[in-house]
Amino acid sequence: MDVVVVGAGVIGAACADALSAAGLRVTVLDRGPLASGTSAAGEGNILVSDKEPGPELDLALSSLSRWPALVGDTDIEWDPKGGLVVATGDPAPLAHFAAVQREAGVDARWITPAEALEREPHLTTRVTAAVHYPQDAQVQPVLAAQALLSNVRRRGGVLRPGVTVVGLDARGVHTSEGVIACDHVVNACGPWSGEVSRALGAPIAIAPRRGMVLVTAPLPPTVHHKVYDADYVGAVASGDADLQTSTVVESTAAGTILIGSSRERVGFDESIRIRVLRELARKAVALFPSLADVPVMRAYGGFRPYAPDHLPVIGADPRVPGLWHATGHEGAGIGLAAATGALLAELLTGATPHLDPTPFRVDRPGVLECA
Amino acid sequence: MRVTIDGVPSQATPGQTVAGALLAAGRTSWRTTRVKSRPRGVFCGIGVCFDCLVTVNGVADVRACQRLLVDGDDIRTEGP
Amino acid sequence: MKVVVIGGGPAGLAAARAAAGAGADTVLVDSEPTLGGQFHRGDPQRVDPRVRHLANSTVWAVEGMRLHVRTGPADSPSRTGETLNADAVVLATGAHDRVVPFPGWDLPGVYTAGAAQALAKGQKIAIGHRVVVSGTGPFLLPVAESLKAVGAEVLRICDANTGLGWLGRPRAASPAKLAELLGYAVRLGAAWRPRTAVVAAHGEDRVNAVTVAKLNPDWTIRSQERVAVDAVCVGHGFTPRLELAVAAGCVLTDGFVQVDHTGATSVPGWYAAGEVTGIGGADLAAAEGEVAGAAAARGACPTKALAKVRSGRRFAAALADAHPIRPGWHTWLTDNTLICRCEEVTYKDLRAAVDLEASGTRTFKLTSRIGLGLCQGRTCARAAVDIATALSGDRRTFFTPADLQRRPIATPLRLAELASLPEEDL
Ligand SMILES: Cc1cc2nc3c(=O)[nH]c(=O)nc-3n(C[C@H](O)[C@H](O)[C@H](O)COP(=O)(O)OP(=O)(O)OC[C@H]3O[C@@H](n4cnc5c(N)ncnc54)[C@H](O)[C@@H]3O)c2cc1C
Ligand SMILES: Cc1cc2nc3c(=O)[nH]c(=O)nc-3n(C[C@H](O)[C@H](O)[C@H](O)COP(=O)(O)OP(=O)(O)OC[C@H]3O[C@@H](n4cnc5c(N)ncnc54)[C@H](O)[C@@H]3O)c2cc1C
Ligand code: FES
Repeated sequence: MDVVVVGAGVIGAACADALSAAGLRVTVLDRGPLASGTSAAGEGNILVSDKEPGPELDLALSSLSRWPALVGDTDIEWDPKGGLVVATGDPAPLAHFAAVQREAGVDARWITPAEALEREPHLTTRVTAAVHYPQDAQVQPVLAAQALLSNVRRRGGVLRPGVTVVGLDARGVHTSEGVIACDHVVNACGPWSGEVSRALGAPIAIAPRRGMVLVTAPLPPTVHHKVYDADYVGAVASGDADLQTSTVVESTAAGTILIGSSRERVGFDESIRIRVLRELARKAVALFPSLADVPVMRAYGGFRPYAPDHLPVIGADPRVPGLWHATGHEGAGIGLAAATGALLAELLTGATPHLDPTPFRVDRPGVLECA
Repeated sequence: MRVTIDGVPSQATPGQTVAGALLAAGRTSWRTTRVKSRPRGVFCGIGVCFDCLVTVNGVADVRACQRLLVDGDDIRTEGP
Repeated sequence: MKVVVIGGGPAGLAAARAAAGAGADTVLVDSEPTLGGQFHRGDPQRVDPRVRHLANSTVWAVEGMRLHVRTGPADSPSRTGETLNADAVVLATGAHDRVVPFPGWDLPGVYTAGAAQALAKGQKIAIGHRVVVSGTGPFLLPVAESLKAVGAEVLRICDANTGLGWLGRPRAASPAKLAELLGYAVRLGAAWRPRTAVVAAHGEDRVNAVTVAKLNPDWTIRSQERVAVDAVCVGHGFTPRLELAVAAGCVLTDGFVQVDHTGATSVPGWYAAGEVTGIGGADLAAAEGEVAGAAAARGACPTKALAKVRSGRRFAAALADAHPIRPGWHTWLTDNTLICRCEEVTYKDLRAAVDLEASGTRTFKLTSRIGLGLCQGRTCARAAVDIATALSGDRRTFFTPADLQRRPIATPLRLAELASLPEEDL
């Protein structure tokens, strides 16, 4: 069976990896260079800490356990550094959140502010409560996507950067380089999945949500975990168009510190907004006062792909036989990629899914749009 | 103007940059790289390459070729 | 009508003068303490008194016609902020040296030609006693002269090209330019070595010798010898400072800001002049500045300056043709030659990234770490992309000049500076 995966981001790469591992002949198309879309424009957190119990957490836990095996010995800067969520106000909401997470299988350890400061000596002393999440990890997303694509290539799959998909009919996928015949097509076009689904004749409601990240100059080790403010959780689940920021501070293998990230619904507008950068800076300095004099050398960002109910869309399109979608991972696509690829391959090959696919189905309310 | 460079008092003239003072004192490198500890001093001379970084009055990551010395400045470098 | 000119070199000075002369409320923002840019370093210039000059001031970001400025000592956390709302902007941010990497180019004692020049003119410092100047282009000559003026012995001036290409286009150069070049020939001719280059620098903690090679026309090596030195300076032309142009959305052509004859860019209200639009020396930059400043202020077109721009651009094009960068420099590199000085990325690392099919700027950077350090690729990006393109062979690549220059934060500022921007500045 021949499958064309459209989109060579981390999600397309994970789907192609799982499909080729299942023995299918896979071609991956991307209109640009491989792994250069949203997957090259964000951070690489593999998180369970920010997820409330439910289908996304299940997908995250499954993904977490799958990532290391998928990439084998390839260096993707995998760092099981753990997360630290701190509250600077009322500790009760964080305590409640951690308690329900624990019941759902998350390792969420309540620690004292003094223990938090021991783990993160530069943290503000205003911390009132903290939860340590030893399962949280980090990868370098481009290296991770490339590692998966290398697997595909090694199994004889074909990678074709610079090929734009423009349509689909009985003959196959129509592209800028001609028609490619195939049995199945997977739409993994990230924030562009909405427009690509329309071109394929099966529109789904995926929209972009912009995020910006600040990068500091390289520093001696200063921040050891992925540290964030307890208000982060509220921002992820919200649908407000207005700017939302919550501090997420973490260091990278190169010594830089990433300060992310904002959430705005501004379409695909790439222009920089100083107000957004200021909010990120403010919250980072509030969390780590000693970062005040550190130079910020870059701001970058991308567009998170999201569905109206903020859940990924993984499964068959009910309208066009042979068309599948794997998209809508919003701010968690890197983390969720490993399980997404596995689930899509299971559904496509008719194997038993390793977790319940119903919450992610394409024909749930709000996702299908009229053609 | 009087400044100190790595704790040693010295004279500076108005218009002199930190790099100018270091070079005049015979230093060609004063920083090492993060990974391989290779020496660095001035390269571009006009604020573009960020090779020449020093600590000025306790603040790190100041481009020595861009920063004019002022009376009382305390300059710290990373190395020889 | 408010015109903001960014950059106080020959182009920016002339632009500010012309804009003020045409009656515009004119602000000149320049990151240096004194005016004059690279050309007039050590010889501070003055600007028309009607112009408001913001010295020590850097435009670090742009949002539409709104410019964000920090003023104060370089890289100081105590700089103050200001936001300028412009009706028209003239971008005159100039250029910096382009350097082709070679083994040992990161040793202390190896400088850019511009650094040697800036230190000689601005700080009266010679970079060494025994110096070799290497690269390509006419700029090597004034640099050698300045080095001699501050007491250095210039052993060789190595130009990897013959520099004779433009002689075939005699109308390209004005008599004044020819006289200038002739003067250099008389004074520096003895050290001048066409079709040679420094292809390696040697030493432990600083340079003590270089390998000077005779080159073939494609810059591959014909023969080499070792020369004892205590400093080297290298320059292979210039790279325009484009971050603000890219942030404003200006279209680039051949790696420079695309302008029409008045200096107007593709973005309404944004003009550009000087070396951001093409490399042609201080006189051309000043003429371009005068035209663009007048156009930005909607004043009368200065026809004499416009004529100078036309002839100057012809000369610049001829010079550029005579001083190409030939691919043979790739053969100077070894596996361990650093390409990115900040992140210490080697030639071998770039090859590994190409093997992973990293074929666009973002992925190439994130795969190899090239250009992710403090200089944000200003020093190495052009060389790195040249190398990546060559190593990719027939494979498709997606590098664009604008991607290389995308730095929405044009100069670093401290986190607290950003955090404390007042509401009215947003
Ligand atoms: C600022 C920011 C921070 C983030 N931080 C994290 C984090 O810490 N952890 C985490 O897990 N996630 C994070 N994310 C989210 C994560 O980056 C995304 O969920 C994920 O990258 C989505 O991957 P994708 O493969 O679906 O999309 P993409 O990587 O965008 O891939 C889609 C591909 O489709 C291609 N394409 C589009 N149209 C066509 C066409 N017509 N024909 C062919 N190809 C086409 C595009 O070129 C692109 O390469 C962050 C996102 C942002 C913006
Ligand atoms: C280091 C160096 C030395 C040179 N020396 C000579 C020489 O001696 N003789 C010669 O003929 N040519 C020299 N040149 C070539 C020179 O660039 C041109 O001849 C001429 O100076 C170009 O004029 P310009 O106005 O376009 O740019 P420049 O003279 O480069 O002026 C640009 C100005 O803009 C400022 N600037 C840049 N970005 C910002 C920002 N974001 N905010 C505020 N200000 C900003 C810079 O600090 C600079 O003052 C030199 C070039 C370099 C790089
Ligand atoms: S020498 Fe390049 S920034 Fe100072």
